Amino acid sequence: MNLATLLSADLPYWAQSLLRVLGGLVAVLLPAGTVVYLFLFKMMSFMQSRLGPMEAGPQGSMQLFAEVGKWLQKEDIYPARADKFIFKLAPLIVLASTFLLVVVVPFGPDALFTNFEAGVFYALAVSSVSVLGILIAGWASANKYSLLGGLRAAGQLIAYELPMVLAVVGVVIQAGTMNLQQIVLAQNADSMFGFSGLGNPYVITQFVGFIVFMIAVQAELTQTPFDMPIAESELVSGYMTEYSGFRFLIFFIGEFATAGVFSMIASVLFLGGWAVPFSWFGWTTIDSIDNWMNIVGPLILFTKMIVIVFFIMWVRFSFPRFREDQLQKFAWKVLIPVSLANIMVTAILKVAF
Amino acid sequence: MSPFLRSYLTVVWFGLASFLVAGLLLGISALIRPNNPNAEKLLTYESGVDPVGDGWSQSQIRYYVFALLFVIFDVEAVFIFPWATQLERYAGFGLVEMGIFVAILLLGLVYAWRKGVLRWV
Repeated sequence: MNLATLLSADLPYWAQSLLRVLGGLVAVLLPAGTVVYLFLFKMMSFMQSRLGPMEAGPQGSMQLFAEVGKWLQKEDIYPARADKFIFKLAPLIVLASTFLLVVVVPFGPDALFTNFEAGVFYALAVSSVSVLGILIAGWASANKYSLLGGLRAAGQLIAYELPMVLAVVGVVIQAGTMNLQQIVLAQNADSMFGFSGLGNPYVITQFVGFIVFMIAVQAELTQTPFDMPIAESELVSGYMTEYSGFRFLIFFIGEFATAGVFSMIASVLFLGGWAVPFSWFGWTTIDSIDNWMNIVGPLILFTKMIVIVFFIMWVRFSFPRFREDQLQKFAWKVLIPVSLANIMVTAILKVAF
Repeated sequence: MSPFLRSYLTVVWFGLASFLVAGLLLGISALIRPNNPNAEKLLTYESGVDPVGDGWSQSQIRYYVFALLFVIFDVEAVFIFPWATQLERYAGFGLVEMGIFVAILLLGLVYAWRKGVLRWV
């Protein structure tokens, strides 16, 4: 008996949904915690020749719990002039966008939350919900820094949404489907020029698309070098200026959880997702995959996510900030033409072979 | 309820769960955090000096042209996806069709470029 029958037949609907939601909580918060501790605390410190947090637990590994405990006790300040209701609502929307995004990520042959036929579409649509949260956070604060930061964020996120969407088209052409699970299977069941030992991870055959996608992800996550909306030295953290206490932490969790989930989607689209190349174990279709992949699959996906976040953070810690005009120019004059060219070349090669 | 709609119901549960988790943590926080507002503390932050004028001050919005362009290009991208999934079936015909489509799209971009709207004014 596999996990699918266990989840669909033996349990009532409310229990299935509860399990899914609990799984979703783990899938959002565990990557966020790992990313913050491993990269933001430890890797950043290492790259800056310091130790980072060392006191709480061995190697400071309990620092996250200490931080949450600290933030829980902070006073929640609303500026008198702020538009209170949407001021309070904004961080929740940013966090909700992350939860909606994790719904489509496949973690194993049967370990799925949903199996949308238009999964790629859904992911790209939902990822832009966070723009709303950021924009209303900037607006509701009634602060000049926040307003500028919110507007910058909106301008940046819509500019980089397009290269991201267009870069994914290359993957959809190669896989011939928009279902994320099918994209994973297509990469691992396929072969490159007759060599099937590695499957066909699209990071190799869609390298240009992968680079464009990762640059767009960097911008969507507002990580340096694309952090003009939250530039601490010019805009005092932009749309987050007026937030304090736990509401600020929700923004923060949302940012790093989204980094984790985006990296999962990147590894599903380009690195083969949860699966290993099917030729290793003699699998052919999804039904022939052994059941243990439901346990190992999430771990493989998690490992790939860590690798991708490593690159995002490496860039973040290494590069200085762009200027605002360079940002828009780069998106419209470089990335969009490149990704359109990538679509056409991929299509021609697909039809030719 | 069909499995299709049911999987979209999962999306609703996830959205509600996010609000629930955030609400729970904010609720715990509300029990233990101090709350001593005063007029100085509630002032809008402007690097320590008293705020000048209204918070919703006028600022030059340079983004509206980009927003318009974005809407156009995003709708075009929606048309590209279904074609991409069915390329195997349409083969050469689909390729030529999409070549024309992308060429027109690029023409629009070049037009905006030449008009100077992609420049940061």
